[in-house]
Amino acid sequence: MKAKGNPGRELKRWEKTTLADVLKRFPERRKTFETSSGIELNRVYTPLDMEGFDYLKNLGFPGEYPFTRGVQPTMYRGRFWTMRQYAGFATAEETNKRYRYLLDHGQTGLSMAFDLPTQIGYDSDHPLSEGEVGKVGVAIDTLADMETVFQGIPLDKVSTSMTINATAVILLAMYIAVAEKQGVKPESLRGTTQNEILKEYVARGTYIFPPQESMRIVTDIFAFCRQYLPQWNTISISGYHMREAGCTAVQEVAFTLADGIAYVEAAIKAGMDVDSFASRLSFFFGCHNNFLEEIAKFRAARRVWARIMRERFGAQRDTSCMLRFHTQTAGCTLIPQQPDNNIIRVTLQALASVLGGTQSLHTNSRDEAYATPTEDSVTIALRTQQVIAHESGVTDIVDPLAGSYAVEKLTDEIEGKALEYIERIDSMGGAIKAIESGFMQEEIIDSAYAYQKAIEDRNLIIVGLNEFRTDEQSLRDILKIDPEVERYQKGKLTKVKTERDSDRVETTLAALRDAAEGDGNIAPPVLDAVKAYATVGEISDTLREVFGEYRES
Amino acid sequence: MKGERKIRVLIAKPGLDGHDRGAKVISRGLRDAGMEVIYTGIRQTPEQIATTAIQEGVDIIGLSCLSGAHNHLFPRVVEALREKGAGEIPVFGGGIIPVDDIPALKKAGIREIFQPGTTIPDIVRFIEKLVHEER
Repeated sequence: MKAKGNPGRELKRWEKTTLADVLKRFPERRKTFETSSGIELNRVYTPLDMEGFDYLKNLGFPGEYPFTRGVQPTMYRGRFWTMRQYAGFATAEETNKRYRYLLDHGQTGLSMAFDLPTQIGYDSDHPLSEGEVGKVGVAIDTLADMETVFQGIPLDKVSTSMTINATAVILLAMYIAVAEKQGVKPESLRGTTQNEILKEYVARGTYIFPPQESMRIVTDIFAFCRQYLPQWNTISISGYHMREAGCTAVQEVAFTLADGIAYVEAAIKAGMDVDSFASRLSFFFGCHNNFLEEIAKFRAARRVWARIMRERFGAQRDTSCMLRFHTQTAGCTLIPQQPDNNIIRVTLQALASVLGGTQSLHTNSRDEAYATPTEDSVTIALRTQQVIAHESGVTDIVDPLAGSYAVEKLTDEIEGKALEYIERIDSMGGAIKAIESGFMQEEIIDSAYAYQKAIEDRNLIIVGLNEFRTDEQSLRDILKIDPEVERYQKGKLTKVKTERDSDRVETTLAALRDAAEGDGNIAPPVLDAVKAYATVGEISDTLREVFGEYRES
Repeated sequence: MKGERKIRVLIAKPGLDGHDRGAKVISRGLRDAGMEVIYTGIRQTPEQIATTAIQEGVDIIGLSCLSGAHNHLFPRVVEALREKGAGEIPVFGGGIIPVDDIPALKKAGIREIFQPGTTIPDIVRFIEKLVHEER
């Protein structure tokens, strides 16, 4: 019974003998096994699944087109990914303290969370801000708040990622203004503005303006950064939030890259050469529970994007074809029941994202499913990354799972299914049309509902939720935002408003309005307004008056 | 229960929070359980929610909030209903609500708070029981 000769014949023999004998006595746990995207899994993968596999065409070498194996030739042998915990809460003072704490504990980049009023362009004293100030992120009303957030943090030494979309241009301007006060020039600033409005209509909800006007702001930021902030990632094209809203791994790749296509098209339409901005595009994905599918997802996404950039948009430079991405472990997989188990989920997800070649990573804290994380739990989350980096050994080989029959097959299947979706979206007229018609939203909610049903029908077991339950209580030691924060922030805003030069505010806002009504880039006048201590609300209102507001239909 | 009018539910998202997966999944689940469901969409003020509930003649309102603003927003919805003379419409909620916040919310008139991990059948049973008691 030696495995000699033809693998196909040998596989049939194995199925009829060794396998059949065992199946008769011990049936498998399920009739079929599927990934989250409904990809049916074989029992075992063999060289037969690699038929037509062309190493140089499909994989190539790390740091070379189509980048399946990673965007750098040495990956983590050179430098680990950026360990970047999303943080920000309450006041600028509290947030500054947390940032310094994280940097002192070995975090290598900052990731800024803003409260909802800041994200949607309302000041802390707006009636719609009531109850929301300082929740889910830090409240920023004026440049004064931003100055406090970065007090004692030299902006030429850190890279900062900002989860900010509809008001991205305002917060970016504030960051530039703070740097200037520190004596740091814009060209040495490193970081990312999420600046990704399309997924806001689909999943996250912090839009202000209608899609076309929003796309103009997005491409204004591209053009402005191309000129003044060459090291800045101008956008983080995000699948994470759609994944959190319930979509599958395949849908995440497809919808994210379809949105990416829309941004590239918009920038080209705005007169930019593809190679002049494409290397500053960055991406953001979630990492869910299905370990191998997630690894394959990242590899597939890199390959699909590289080919889109070269074949569809004619990008010449290799850096234009590189899909560089941030990962956050999937918040929607965390549960409040037996919360310490979340640490294990996060570990597996973090490991998958590292094996998938991520450039930066946020590991969720065990309590992140139901609160802003405490210092203790955020430390464990950061330590998880450090253990993977320094102790697991997976960082010593580039793309170590390449060539695994299963992983390569899954990578191909995710690519194929994602391309089918992208074609469908193309035939609808592109991502913006697919969003306006509700197509992506419907697909996502279908998947979310199927996931919920699978848990309720116990086709999907979540440890501690629908199996292995105990009476263990949720963590009670969670971080609460003092309602006093809102009053404090309003007071600070009033003080800034009395002390600033109101004529200068009016003049700069009038200049912004002119730019918005015409076709000038709005970033420079926003920067002037910010420096005059105009508020996020005032600047947003000026743009609201010109651009109008989007309403969900 | 045949011949009875279908239960009408308003699922609403008060405040600025845009995380609507829960609201949408619950809406679909309640529809599958035979109820008529109106979903408001995101970014509703408590006043808007109360007005919609009255216009649509709903039997019950479910609120979803994941931003941490529930202590402020949920009681305001109850107040708005009372101000408009519709204080009898029961209100329940869900989202990311710390256990410690639940007693005060109930005191403010919220009938029930569902925690993450609640199943759709749990909510269906709750609504059916409550609506039939009140009818």
